[in-house]
Amino acid sequence: MDGAALEREFKALIEADSRIEPRDWMPDEYRKTLVRQISQHAHSEIIGMQPEGNWITRAPSLRRKAILMAKVQDEAGHGLYLYCAAETLGVERAELIDLLNAGKQKYSSIFNYPTLTWADVGAIGWLVDGAAITNQIPLTRCSYGPYARAMVRVCKEESFHQRQGFELLYALSRGTPEQHAMAQDAVDRWWWPSVMMFGPPDGESVHTEQSMAWRIKRFSNDELRQRFVDMTVPQAEMLGLTLPDPQIRWNEDRGHYDFGECDWDELRRVIAGDGPCNRQRLAHHVQAHEEGAWVREAAAAHARKHAATASAAA
Amino acid sequence: MTERDDPLWEVFVRSRRGLSHNHVGSLHAADAEMALQNARDVFTRRMEGVSIWVVPSAAITASSPEERDPFFEPAADKPYRHPTFYDIPKEVKQL
Repeated sequence: MDGAALEREFKALIEADSRIEPRDWMPDEYRKTLVRQISQHAHSEIIGMQPEGNWITRAPSLRRKAILMAKVQDEAGHGLYLYCAAETLGVERAELIDLLNAGKQKYSSIFNYPTLTWADVGAIGWLVDGAAITNQIPLTRCSYGPYARAMVRVCKEESFHQRQGFELLYALSRGTPEQHAMAQDAVDRWWWPSVMMFGPPDGESVHTEQSMAWRIKRFSNDELRQRFVDMTVPQAEMLGLTLPDPQIRWNEDRGHYDFGECDWDELRRVIAGDGPCNRQRLAHHVQAHEEGAWVREAAAAHARKHAATASAAA
Repeated sequence: MTERDDPLWEVFVRSRRGLSHNHVGSLHAADAEMALQNARDVFTRRMEGVSIWVVPSAAITASSPEERDPFFEPAADKPYRHPTFYDIPKEVKQL
């Protein structure tokens, strides 16, 4: 088939809302966009283990500790699903990890904020995972099959993450005055970074238009942000906690909550590498990767030895 | 297969007795035993399976998407292979 016919077939599949699969022809830019987005998503899951991992040894009860370990283990699993989805596009996981460690690929800027108290674990589950779910549900219908399938698994598992965060904050909010204050402080610090997780406003988002035409993305940044705010405001009321935005109010005409403007300069600063924990997060990842090298080498040596024994016996 | 990473394995999970193994995804592992253990940890953390197969990805032979049409074409013009092809009087039961 010639180039024009291949492109027609690709477009027809997208138009029909069908899925593109790994060995199909696809435009180079489509492939590049997906590699960038999926690897960034995978890195986010892996780096995202750090802020919460910080509290595993200090969880206040065995119940909370078991939950938190299961959640952090899920994040590792999500990273693996996503690296494998990226690999179907002709890149290698080792290469993507090198790019992350060299600072040449990004992860979600939300993980560059510190987890200062136990309540932050609840705020991450409720707000950060809540925002992530809002973002990921439409990705289960993404035009690239392996990415969409990975998102189905991720979304199924993620809903426990959000619920455990809400439950944790609910307990603190109704606890002692100190516990309530701790929960409020965590929400004060995590609210705006969570609202910014959807990326820059539509007018400034460089990838949105093309990604929507390719049906990688189904909704714009601002649409998803609105959906998150609408979902979260009533939940905050149930928690008895205040979202740190005095402009939040129900707008009868729009049928949505109005809310204030994010500090986009802050988002740009954190993305550019100047958030509170950027250097620490990356340094920790590099260190873990390097310190794990002997395990990977030992596993490979063991496999080679057994393959040799098996072929000698045959 | 790359030298830099462990080989890739395709993972198939039987979700419960009576059903066949279904493809659920892929993962890297140095050998088959490690692939099975990783598959258990990655794909069955919530009792999603009672049996797992792992197959080296390199061992899979796939039909090519480009030859999709000619390859599957022989099935396209044989509607008589479907029961709905046949005109049977409405009154006939259990057929």
